[in-house]
Parts: sequence; structure tokens; C-alpha cells
Amino acid sequence: MNGLVSIFITMALINNFILSKFLGLCPFFGVSKRLGNAVSMGIAVIIVMFFASIATWALYSYILVPFHIEYMQIVLYILVIASLVQIIEMAIRRTNIALYNALGIYLPLITTNCAVLGIALINTQENYSLIETMISSLGAGAGFTLALIIMSGIREKLELCKAPRSLRGLPIAFVTAALLGLAFFAFGGMG
Amino acid sequence: MSLFKEFKKGIIDLNPTFVLVLGLCPTLAVSTSIDNAIGMGISATFVLVCSNAIISAIRKFVPRMVRIPTFIVIIATFVTIVQITLQAYLPPLYEALGIYVPLIVVNCIILGRAEAFASKNPVLNSIVDGIGIGTGFTFALILISFLREVLGTGRLVIFGHKIFELPVLSKHPLLIFILPPGAFLVIALILGLFRHTGMMRSE
Repeated sequence: MNGLVSIFITMALINNFILSKFLGLCPFFGVSKRLGNAVSMGIAVIIVMFFASIATWALYSYILVPFHIEYMQIVLYILVIASLVQIIEMAIRRTNIALYNALGIYLPLITTNCAVLGIALINTQENYSLIETMISSLGAGAGFTLALIIMSGIREKLELCKAPRSLRGLPIAFVTAALLGLAFFAFGGMG
Repeated sequence: MSLFKEFKKGIIDLNPTFVLVLGLCPTLAVSTSIDNAIGMGISATFVLVCSNAIISAIRKFVPRMVRIPTFIVIIATFVTIVQITLQAYLPPLYEALGIYVPLIVVNCIILGRAEAFASKNPVLNSIVDGIGIGTGFTFALILISFLREVLGTGRLVIFGHKIFELPVLSKHPLLIFILPPGAFLVIALILGLFRHTGMMRSE
């Protein structure tokens, strides 16, 4: 039990996907202008990460390892993730049209989000069991969403401030991310 | 002449990092030392050139509906080649780059060039485009990692050869630049500088 909690905390805070591993930066800067969008994107990423981790775990343990084709890892993982995103998109459209309208445009973007492939590769690398894989993907998704929501809150306020002209927009967002990263760095002491 | 133009545009006008602001994840993650930057730059360039060549060669046979999955499988194949090669011949570099080698697959620069250029242009142009964009990416990586390594450790070491050592900084290095927040800070300032010079030129 203790181990699972520590995996969750490590993934969510200490090794925060965005601020210390630099995974998923495109949505982080692209979708963090409005709080509402950030929340939708965060939820979409958590869902996809969770199911992609389980699917790639099963793929690795039941197909790649028994048949000794570990070198096919990258090709198969990306195919599984891409098809999974399609399936999740269809499932959400069938079951909950309101959620689909909120998340719709973010789901296809997630296919090429390095955070999703990243969590699958990290889980494989760390040799996690199924339960550990589930917890670590939830932790990574939670950390991603947390950073995205904090960032969008700051950026909404930041738009009202007068930044130097050449730093407006993306550069000032990077400076904000640097300060946020410093704050998150303090969690390193917890490990 | 036009081929040279294709090459040059990737380095300056369409610099993937500073102008298009694509492929940031590996850029920020591996730019802690010049060695890693060169390793990542060459790996990504290799994948970019090879996948551009293949995609451009088969561009007339691939139905439009399935082009993106096709591109991704081709890119993933070359990434696997790079990964296995690094693992076999340069294990220390492979260890240092870690999961960022397989993550070249989802680097938006490569898929972006496949979609925007290679799927519409002849093979030779696509290869040159790949070399140009790859060189631009490598330059950007080297610039960022140069600043981070020099400020963060006070010395510059390339493949085990010490190039120089700064007197005060090497005793009291600005550690933040080696840490993740430093990556954001360096790229913020470089982007600002690019914008600033761009504005000065247009005025």
C-alpha cells in the first residue's frame, strides 16, 4: 500500500510530467489560456493515459515478451495508443454527448501527445505490475492536470499585466513555467 | 540554388525550435549537456531525413485517409533503428537520453514536416528539407545546452574533452540552469531575444 502511495506522489508531484520531465508541453502551452479548456484537456489526458497504460501493459506482458519481439515496442505502442484514442472518442460520443462536446477536439490531439507514450514507456521501463501501472498513470495524469490548471489560472491573470513587448505571449508563459517548476522542485525533498 | 534555399530555410526562417516552437519536449529535456544535445540532434535528423525520403517516395500511392497512420508507422520504424543502434554502439548516450529516444516518434517536428512538406514534394527536395530542419533543430539544441551547461556547471566539456572553465562560475555554478526550471528560463529568454530582433528589423 505504502509503495502505491509513493508511486502516485512521485508521478504527480516529484517527477511532475510537465515541469520536471517536459512531457506534454504542446497542450501545456497551447490549451492553458483558459481555465475551462485546461480542465477539459486535463480530464481527457487522465482518461487516455489510464487506458493506454493498461493496454500497453497487457501488450508488453502478453505479446511482446512471450514472443521476444520487444524491438517492436515503439511501433506497436503508438498504434495501440492511436486506436485506443479513436475507441475512447467513439465510446464517449455514444454514451455522453455533453462530455463529448466538451472534450471532443482535445481527444485527437492527444494521440501525438508525448505524455501518453511517455507514461507507457516509463511503466514498461520501471517493470510495474498492473496495479502499479494503473496508479502511476493516474498519478501522472493528476500531476499533468494540476500543472495545467495552475498555469491557466496564472495566464488568465497574466493577460491583464503589462509584460515587455518582446516577451508577451509565449516567452512570458515560459518564464511562468520556470517559476512554477521551481516551486514544484521543492517536492523533491519529499522523496 | 533552390535546393540550397530549402536547406537554409530550415535553419533560420523555419527554425523548428525558435520560430515554429515545435518539438519542445526533447529540446528542454536533453539540453542539460552539449553531448546529449548533439546526440539527440543527430538522431532526430536521421529519422527526419529517412522518413521524409520514404514518405515522399510513396506519396502518390498512399490514400489520403490513412496517410497519418502510415507516416507514424514509417517514423516509428526509423526511431526503432536509431534506438537499437544507440543501445548497441553508444550505451552511455542511450542511457543519458533515456525515454526521449523512443519519444522522437511523437516529436511534432517530424510528423509536421512529413505532412507539410514530404507528402507534397519530390524525394530530393524532401531529403534536403529534412537535412535543413534537422540542422536547425540541432543548432537550437546546441545553443540551449551550451548556455545551460556553461551557466549551470561553469565549464564546457564536449565528449570528455574540457574546452574551458570559467574562474568563479565553476566554484559557484548557477545550479538552477541544469535543473528543469532553468530550461524554461533559457528558452523564454532566447525566444524573447528572437522576437526582439525580429521587431527591431521590421521597424
